[in-house]
Amino acid sequence: MNEIDIKFLEDSFKKYYFNHFDLITSPERTSEREFGYQKFNSGMFRHISLKDNKELHLLFMQNIPSDVYCSNAYYAFPNSPMSEKDWKEADLIFDIDAKDLNLSCRKNHTISICNECNEISKNTSQCVKCNSTKLEKKSLPCKNCIDASKIEVNKLSNVLINDLGIDKENIHVYFSGNEGFHVYVYHSQFQQMGSKERSELVDYIMFRGAIPETFGMKKFKPNRSLFPDFNQKGWNGRFSKYVFGSKSKRSKIISELLDSGYPSFQKTLDDVSENIGVKIDPNVTMDIHRIFRLPGSINSKSGLSKILCTDLTKFDPYADACFLNDDSVEVLANCPIEFKLKNKKFGPYINQKISLPTYAAVYMICKKLATIA
Amino acid sequence: MLVLGQDEKAKYPFLADAGEYLKDKGFSLVQFGSDPVLKLSVEKALHRIKVAAAGEVYKSDLIDGQASKDYVLEREVFSFLLAIVLIKLTGMSTLIKRFALAESRRAENYLEKDLGNASNKSKIDLATRIIYDLFNIEITKENDFFVIPVSDYLKHSVTFHEREWKLINRHVENGKVFLTPDKTVRLIRKELGNYISSKIINAPKPSMIPGLENIVNELILISKKLTPTYTITTGEYPPCIKHAINVLEKGENLPHSGRFMLATFLLSKGQTVPQIVPLFKNAPDYNPRVTLYQLNHLAGTSGSATKYTCPSCEKLKTQDLCFITKECDNIINPLQFGKKRT
Repeated sequence: MNEIDIKFLEDSFKKYYFNHFDLITSPERTSEREFGYQKFNSGMFRHISLKDNKELHLLFMQNIPSDVYCSNAYYAFPNSPMSEKDWKEADLIFDIDAKDLNLSCRKNHTISICNECNEISKNTSQCVKCNSTKLEKKSLPCKNCIDASKIEVNKLSNVLINDLGIDKENIHVYFSGNEGFHVYVYHSQFQQMGSKERSELVDYIMFRGAIPETFGMKKFKPNRSLFPDFNQKGWNGRFSKYVFGSKSKRSKIISELLDSGYPSFQKTLDDVSENIGVKIDPNVTMDIHRIFRLPGSINSKSGLSKILCTDLTKFDPYADACFLNDDSVEVLANCPIEFKLKNKKFGPYINQKISLPTYAAVYMICKKLATIA
Repeated sequence: MLVLGQDEKAKYPFLADAGEYLKDKGFSLVQFGSDPVLKLSVEKALHRIKVAAAGEVYKSDLIDGQASKDYVLEREVFSFLLAIVLIKLTGMSTLIKRFALAESRRAENYLEKDLGNASNKSKIDLATRIIYDLFNIEITKENDFFVIPVSDYLKHSVTFHEREWKLINRHVENGKVFLTPDKTVRLIRKELGNYISSKIINAPKPSMIPGLENIVNELILISKKLTPTYTITTGEYPPCIKHAINVLEKGENLPHSGRFMLATFLLSKGQTVPQIVPLFKNAPDYNPRVTLYQLNHLAGTSGSATKYTCPSCEKLKTQDLCFITKECDNIINPLQFGKKRT
């Protein structure tokens, strides 16, 4: 990114942080957390400890970071090297990202930027100009992406509340600032669990590793009375609803399953996993030393803020997480895809010089689809 | 502190305080080397260790968990305590392991019976108390099931390789896992074994008791025969590792989990970080700085200094990284591939 663009982004971010400090609150037990930040065109600064909200604000004002992060873990010595931090516990966090959902709409709003010649196109396999296959892909997620991610969040909440006994009040859903949601679970029985145990929890939530016997199918002398029923709790109940569809079909489908036999039942389980398992990023949840984007901070991949969703159904990230100002700025845009911010449509722009509100200019510059003219 | 009845001491002798028990009964260790009546207990102890060394569970003289006569009960407890003394005198860790495992299996049978004894609440209470006191797991009874918090379940089940122990294969409701008595007890088998072996390890090593030298030597011989040796049957990599290397060689993307498996496997096989780096050069997103950082992290030379080990076959299956062939021969970790126990 060139220096003029960086200067513009930094100025825009700084204004946001100055005017919207109310959106950034330091997390519970601030002094036990590890903080980190990045600046444009530079590496990560980690292992920072902060006492309180005041020090956090100072970090923003002094450094004008592109991104700010905070650990889900609590440490005795957050600013020591990893091996000396003395890990105490960590909140349970889930990452749901539209890019992991295999959505068919994705090809319509993914753009490739050629690493060799900077050509921008909608072709995702090779550069249309120089045929290079080294492409950087940028996605401008659409409403469908967000809606599909919301469905996963709801599936996740259902498992967390009903199966894992988490109070609804202790589940906080944040828009990640780009393509998905971060779901935080506080004060649960899982706080002190290590990485391996969290990985097992992930398999449960994603419906991975199920064996036929768990869902009624025995290898020898199978028996139809063992199959799950609709009123059962947990995965047995969800399995019934998905596989049998309705109560009237249950008996017929059990007969079909018994006829197809044990090996084929494993395929049924794979299908269940694919369709009703919750699509979370397993690596995120099992990492107990990770630092996560700080709520209220801007995501430099989009210029949108990571923000708490109090009403997920109504939440529209392109209106509710877009806080930058409307001041007009002239950019050179090359964005072959239309997008919508603050209920206004923009694009497509093909190598066009154009005046745009700051929030839209930032969005495109962050996606490397425009530069300051 | 648990207050144990006479029968419970025989069923769960590892809960008794060894020194105090002997003192209460008015005996000292030395007497067991010479007194012909007490020698019966020594023989029983020897038998108890031999059975454990053979991988079997010692059957006691208790009938339905009850001692028919007081001296039967005494001999049950004596033989256990003496077995520990004898094992300490051999100094063989193989014996500690085998004995602890067999004794925990034996206790497991009793715990299971006590938990499953629907008509006797006090037996159930004692069994759940033992589990709580020893392993800090709170078990409550709900209808025919024993329920424990999911986090407690996971703490113990993650070490199991069988798929049925994955949380997805359990009935989970409202933050709790529902288990039958046998599964409840099976869940703590390893800890029970650890508890018993730590009791043995931490017990002071007595000086040789005159009259027991021959028995101790006999046990040392048994133990030496038990130490397994491995023969290498093939020097080839397991299919999962071959597949991962293939993917990288073709310049295709290997998921993070696959890279983790490959790197930890090679590190465990003694390869160094500089030897492994070139494998990743073809990866579409190859970045030498990041690769080096991550490999050093896995090797434990940077970061938390934790050395990461290769994931189990079961874990790799759930990550779609397993490409099992018949050469895998029931191994549970890729690192065991091509080694045969003889």
